[in-house]
Amino acid sequence: MNRPFLILLGVIGVTVPLLLSSPAHAVNPDEILSNTVLEERARDISQELRCLVCQNQSIDDSDADLARDLRVLVRERLVAGDTDQQVIDYIVARYGDYVLLNPPLKPETYVLWASPIVLAILALIAVAAFYRRKQRESGAKPDKLSKDEQTRLNEILETAQKDGSK
Amino acid sequence: MRFSLAVIPLVLFAALAGIFLINIDKDSSVVPSVLIDKPAPDFSLPPLPGADKGLSRADLTKGKVSVLNVFASWCIPCRAEHPMIKRLSNEADVPIFGLNYKEKDPQDGVKWLEELGNPYQAVGMDLSGRTGIDFGVYGVPETFIIDGQGQIKYKHIGPVTSEVLEKVLLPKIAELKG
Repeated sequence: MNRPFLILLGVIGVTVPLLLSSPAHAVNPDEILSNTVLEERARDISQELRCLVCQNQSIDDSDADLARDLRVLVRERLVAGDTDQQVIDYIVARYGDYVLLNPPLKPETYVLWASPIVLAILALIAVAAFYRRKQRESGAKPDKLSKDEQTRLNEILETAQKDGSK
Repeated sequence: MRFSLAVIPLVLFAALAGIFLINIDKDSSVVPSVLIDKPAPDFSLPPLPGADKGLSRADLTKGKVSVLNVFASWCIPCRAEHPMIKRLSNEADVPIFGLNYKEKDPQDGVKWLEELGNPYQAVGMDLSGRTGIDFGVYGVPETFIIDGQGQIKYKHIGPVTSEVLEKVLLPKIAELKG
């Protein structure tokens, strides 16, 4: 088997199980609402909210005490009739945009949102410049030897022949 | 052309080094509060068992700068910072209020204050942690400085050390008292 094939096999072997497996959730049975529609909405909202104690987990994934309190709070607001956006605004009013795992597009986050695009454009420009230079360099070299070079080559070959025939 | 290309890594390195230098003292786990310069949330908490006065928003709007310290008996850093809260009550002439956050048993807060001393003018018991959430509390201990009109002016996250007390809290309180 060739190398690229092995690498491809490895990549598939790692990513497919990761995609198929669902991440572990921390929601306790006693938190789950009997209304499945509301529960579904609560799960969706919880997955968008960052747990401030563990910071890189959503409150849906986190076992932290505060995450649990916030999950219960989200469900309470939904039962009270809040829309999804109202629930999210309620949490953001207390903890700030930082709790949103998906940062909103606003003046403070323009740099954050624009940087991948800017970097991609810069990378494209760099690659284009590299290939253009390569092309120019190979184009600059003539296919045939110049007269001087040809004479010099002949000289070398002659000497070599003479040496060889000695 | 060739020279300017060669300079790019150097410039990138200098820029990165600059960013790292600016952030070297920053604790990335500290999330700044969105409640700064906003009115403290409305709340009303019952007293600890045996105490006669709880804590409500009205206590924070009496025209005097005050401090609200969020603590819990199960919180080890709270134990560590407690002497500093006592110092604060001695050195700054402001009322200090306690928010006893999420005790498993109401008696835990009482025992804790009996053991370590009580620097608080009043303590509200937040068993559910809901008032804590309204204040944007995410890691005890937290210490709020609140102006006389009940506006949150500053929040310190984590234990108050003598350095924080002397260099941050006391000057901030003095500044607000004017």
